[in-house]
Parts: sequence; C-alpha cells; structure tokens
Amino acid sequence: MSVIPKTRKEMPLTPLSSPTVGAMGKTGSWRTFRPEVYYSKCTRCTLCWVYCPDAAIMRQEDDSPQIDYDYCKGCGICANECPVKAITMKREEE
Amino acid sequence: MVTIKELPKEEYLLKGHAACPGCGPAISLRLLFKALGNKIILVVPACCTTVIQGPYPFSSSAVPLQNILFESTAASASGIVAALHQRKLEDIMVVGWAGDGGTVDIGIQALSGAAERETNFIYICYDNEAYGNTGMQRSGATPYGAWTTTTPSGKRERKKDMPLIMAAHRIPYVATACPSYPIDFVNKLRKAKEIKGTKYIHLLAPCPTGWRYDTSKTVEMGRLAVQTGLWALFEIESGQFKLNPPSDRLVDKARRKSVKEYLTLQGRFRHLIEEDVERIQRWVDEDWERYRKLASNCTSDFAL
Amino acid sequence: MPQMIIDTANHIAGYAAKAARVKVVAAYPITPQTTVVEKIASFVESGEMDAEYIRVESEHSAMVACVGASATGVRTFTATSAHGLALMHEALHWASGSRLPIVMAVVNRAMGAPWSIWPDLSDSLSQRDTGWIQFYCADNQEVFDTIIQAYKLCEDERVFLPAMVCLEGFILSHTYAPAKIPEQEKIDDFLQPYKSGWILDIDRPLSHSNLVSPEWYMEFRFMIQEAMENAKKLIPEIDKEYGKRFGFEYGGLVEKYQCEDADLIILTMGTMASDAKIAVNRMRKGGLKVGSARVRVFRPFPVEEVGRLAEHAQMLVTIDRHVSFGMEGFLATETKASLFNQKDLPLVAGFLAGLGGRDVTSETIEKIAKKSLGWMRAGKVEKETEWVDLKE
Repeated sequence: MSVIPKTRKEMPLTPLSSPTVGAMGKTGSWRTFRPEVYYSKCTRCTLCWVYCPDAAIMRQEDDSPQIDYDYCKGCGICANECPVKAITMKREEE
Repeated sequence: MVTIKELPKEEYLLKGHAACPGCGPAISLRLLFKALGNKIILVVPACCTTVIQGPYPFSSSAVPLQNILFESTAASASGIVAALHQRKLEDIMVVGWAGDGGTVDIGIQALSGAAERETNFIYICYDNEAYGNTGMQRSGATPYGAWTTTTPSGKRERKKDMPLIMAAHRIPYVATACPSYPIDFVNKLRKAKEIKGTKYIHLLAPCPTGWRYDTSKTVEMGRLAVQTGLWALFEIESGQFKLNPPSDRLVDKARRKSVKEYLTLQGRFRHLIEEDVERIQRWVDEDWERYRKLASNCTSDFAL
Repeated sequence: MPQMIIDTANHIAGYAAKAARVKVVAAYPITPQTTVVEKIASFVESGEMDAEYIRVESEHSAMVACVGASATGVRTFTATSAHGLALMHEALHWASGSRLPIVMAVVNRAMGAPWSIWPDLSDSLSQRDTGWIQFYCADNQEVFDTIIQAYKLCEDERVFLPAMVCLEGFILSHTYAPAKIPEQEKIDDFLQPYKSGWILDIDRPLSHSNLVSPEWYMEFRFMIQEAMENAKKLIPEIDKEYGKRFGFEYGGLVEKYQCEDADLIILTMGTMASDAKIAVNRMRKGGLKVGSARVRVFRPFPVEEVGRLAEHAQMLVTIDRHVSFGMEGFLATETKASLFNQKDLPLVAGFLAGLGGRDVTSETIEKIAKKSLGWMRAGKVEKETEWVDLKE
C-alpha cells in the first residue's frame, strides 16, 4: 500500500501520494449516530450502496449492504434513502 | 440503459477520505469512477476535492490525479491531452473535476479557452453553489437569496447559467446532472466518453455543510431541486436541446413542486421573505418557459 | 552539415525548440516575444516540427498547460516577456515545486505601469525566488546553445527543475545575427530522449501535490535547494561538453574577461557584457587594469565564482538593468551577499543603467569604471547605488 517515508532520502522529489484506504485514519470515529441494517426488511435494492459518500457500504454477494464501521461517518443518507426503511440511525454508545 | 446493480463494485474513491458527512460531491466522484473506470487522469484544482484526498503521503484517489492551481483545470487538461496525443495514448480520458468556483468564476477563462480550442476532454463542474474549500463564500454559481459567509444577508444576484454559456461555445456535448439521479449521470458520462471534443457536465451537488440541512438529506435535496425545477436535467448534444427524465415531464408547471418546498428545508434560505420566494418561483417559471421553447425548437444550429 | 543561418534571437529560440524535439508548446503572444511563437507555429504547421502548439488564452494557462504536458511525459517549451511572465507567477512556483524540466525563453522587457516594450531585466529577476534556473544570454548563438544546454541540465535526475533562458528584448530578440545550428543527430546524441522524475500514469496511480503538512513541506523545499546546488556544479560541465561537441561555450556560470590581474572588475548580465568588453579593451590600452565578468547564470547564484573574482580584485562594480524599489539592483545585492563573510573584502559599488531600454554603451560603462576607480583609489565607495545618466 502506501509507505510513509522515514527519512528525507525516502521522500519522492515532489509530493506524490499513494492511494490509501483511511487517508484520514478511521473516519468512523467522526460518528454520532450509526446505521443499523435490518436484513429481514432489506430488499437488496443497493441504493444505500450507491448513495454512500464514503464508499463505506460494500455490496455483498447477495446485494445486501455490509457497512464498514471503521469508516462510516454516520451521515444517515443510507437510512434516509432506503425505500423500505430497513436502516435506522442509532446514537453511538459512549 | 444501465441499472444500479450493473454498476461496478470497484471503488476508486477510497473510504476514510476527508469529505464532510453527507457530501454530495463525494457521491458524485464515486459515480464518476463507476461510470468511467480507472483508466483516466483526473485534474483537480483547488476545491473541496483537494482536501477530500487527504494529506500527503496518502490519497483517497485510486486514479492518477493532478492537483493544480485554482484557475487552471482546463489549461492543465489541455496540456495533458496534448502530451497524451503526442505519445499516442489517446484512449486515456482526461477528466477535469472542478468546483463551481473554479469553473464559473476564477476558472472560466481557461475553460472557455479549452472549449474554443476543441480540447478533447470531459470537464465536470460539481456545483455546491459556493466556495466550499475555503468555508462557503459566495461564488457566481450561488443562487439568489442564499446565505454564504460573504453574503450573510443573502446573495442579491442570480446564479450564472454556466451550461448555456458552455453551449454557446458550440462544443459537442453539454449536460446537467445530479447525484440524486445516479443512472442519468452515469449514462451522460459514458456518452461523453464516446464523443470527441470538449464535453461539459454541470452537476448540482448538494452540500449539507454549506446549505445548512441535515447530513442525511443530501440525495433528497438534489431530488427536490429537480422536482421543483430549480435544477433541470438536460443535454445539449450537437446543439440539440433535450430534457431528460424526470425533467422532461416538468415542462407542465402543475407537475413541478413549488420552490418553497426546497427552500424551506435549507438553513441558507431561512431569512428569505415571501417576496423573495415569489421572485425565485417566477424566475424558475421563466427558465422553464425557455426550456420548453428550446426543447420544442430543436434545430441543428443551437440558438438561444 | 551544420546549418548556418542569419536570424533574430527569437527565431533562433524557435530553431532551438525544434532541435530539442519539443513535443508540446503552449504559449501566448506578447511583445517582444511574439516572433518566437510565430516561428514555432510555422514550424509546426509545415510539419518541420513534430509537436503540438496549444494556442492558450493567457500566459497563466500557458505555463499550466506546460506543467500538464511535462507531467504527462513530454518535453515542453514556452516563451514570454514582462507582464506575461508576471501573470504566470504562481504557475512558476507550481512548476518548480512539481520538479518539472520545462524550459522557457524570457524575452526581457520592462514592467509597467507605465507601458514599456523595451529591454529591462526586471521581469525575470523579480521571479528569482520561484525555484527556476535562470540563464542570461549575450548573443543570438548563445540563445540557441543555452536552450539546448538547459534541457540537458533540467532533465538530469540531480536537477529536475525548470529553467528560464533570458534574452533582452529588441537588442537580441529582433536583431539579425549569424548562428550555427548543429546537425540534428548530434543534438539528439547530446540531449537523449525526454526524462522526468515522475509521470501521470494509469498503471501507477498517484496523486500529485495534495496537501503537505508542516511535517513534510520543508524537506520538499530543501530538495529544490539541493537541486539548485547540483545545477551549479553541472552547468559548467554541460557547457564544457557542449563546447567540445559543438564549438561554443560560455564560461559556465560566469564568463570572465581579463579578470586574472584586474584591480577592478565590472559585473554585468546579458548584452551589456559585450559593451563592457569593449570598454575594458579601451581602458587596458590606457593602462588601467580592469576586467569584466558576465554573470551568465543568476539562479543558482554563482556565489563561489563571484567570491573567486574578489580574491585578487580590489573592487567589484555591478551594473544592474533592474531595480528592486526600496533597495537596489539584485546583482549588486547578491554580489555583496556572496562576499560578506570573505576575508579581505573588496569594495563593491552598484550602478543602475539601461532601465526601460535606455541604451548602455561602452562609453557609459567606461565612465562607470573610471568613476569607480576613483573611489577605489580613495578607498571608499561614495554612493552605495548610483543611477546612471539620469536627467536632472
């Protein structure tokens, strides 16, 4: 993946940054609310997957969503857009 | 006609990026990659996306990306296109990805020049209707009445009509889009990819941070913008104006939601008085009169 | 067979871009640079030059288009003057920070307000901080040779910096003089194909120049400084090699004339140096031990070379075709700075002449030298900076 240079000699001649998952660290820590999926209600429409600004929802083999809580910022778009209200936003426990 | 499930699963906007929660431009960028894949070179001026990448030595972009000066998206793209042509690598698409500031204001000169030179690239303006990167100061694309940090009592001027300005350059393809209509946006990108010349797509990209609404409502906000007619989905292909669904059915005013439904949901319009709302409604109705004429008057020679 | 031509320095710059096999030119016309781009346009349209000329809509876009093209793996070239150069200012920073080996001809012209189209070095000198290597030419042949040398230098992996090749407007740009254009194969052999330190590549996706925090920024800037230091060493080597291959060389960083036993040395840049040589010849006939030195490279500043000049001379006199308001000409300042910590400091007097294209003749330079000799004998510089031939 990406390498953090340890010395100046390891740095490139100009800032060239590598594609990195978690460039800002685990952005899941930004959350106040977390989305919970009720798979029994989910119709596998994949709208939540398409609309997630953070690419934090993965489409599984059966098209149901898998939320990556390391990176989900809790914006709530998935819950808002789900046509069958299979996703609800719950306050993060401290 | 592609369906959502047919969109590729690969992500080239990597999670853990720095966008605000609920970011409309971020949804749009993800869709861009789903439409075009990763054999593209992205040119990004100073804008929200500059920050969204995250800091060196990391980047949230998995495609080659040239960060460049604020004014210069289209100028840099011109150089890249020329170099690729010299190296006989024309199948690599160059995509300019700029905010509204870098397009309608400081970037308009370079864009106009590149379009006049028939530069073979796709230019996408993701419009969150203010200078987002620097904290939501007004841009030429900020709509009438909107609060921004430099128009705290509401912008007095109207939004610059960039799609029609680009159409006046006689480029082969101009389109408007919105991430709330992902398939429409993907189709437009894929169509643009097959056309030679300058292609311009103007995307309304709702921004919870700047527009002051709950982060969960971004997609809903874009939908409402289209449903009220404040944002029209259309294409101008070789001068032929065509409204796209659902905008094609909104020529009939009775089918358009009232602009009030959209304006009341956003904190940036909270201070509007009845007179302002009426004015905005009137302008939307006038714009749609014009769209109606354009749509029914399609000739091969685009005339405003 | 090398080609013998008689042409203006501007056209010759076009020949150099062609000989260097530049692939992308992006430029905007401005007096007195216009004939550079016109020549290139005609070369490209006739097919003599296998390149694309992007007729950009401003100089700012010209530099950025070069940045884009250079970052995509091709040799690029542009040219400008005065306000065009000033307009590209932020793009100059971007180019050097991106470590791209772009070469640009700068046809030196005075800055406004008010409008002046005549020669003056203020335009390029006021860009000295941008991380660009700066060459100053004294004749048409040198313009050709320096552009070729510049590509060799800039594309060296120890350098990877952009360079300006400066030539005075009208004195060189529009004046016909003979020049020898070497055979293309010999130039190809000297230059080799384009090389750069990085490239936009779909097979190795990287983001260039996203945000760099205070944790890293300084090291990137240090690397530019290192590259400048390397350039300082490489420039004389490349000049010598070019001399061996093509028969023209220019003294590396500083072209010296009769300095070995000189009590007083006149430092100039650009075409003034030629008049300085004539003045030196005359004064030597009159028994005065004077010499002249042309600072050919202003960035990196030839600190050591200037220091060496001062080792035996009692006085250095700088003539600047430039002024930094509130201070003096940069040649004066940087000469003094180079010498400051030296043992046995010589006297240094700074003169300002030729701004806005006012003619500087060998007589003027002789007057400057004789005045300075008077100060030298008195052991004291009467005036830190003197503006020459000013109306009362």
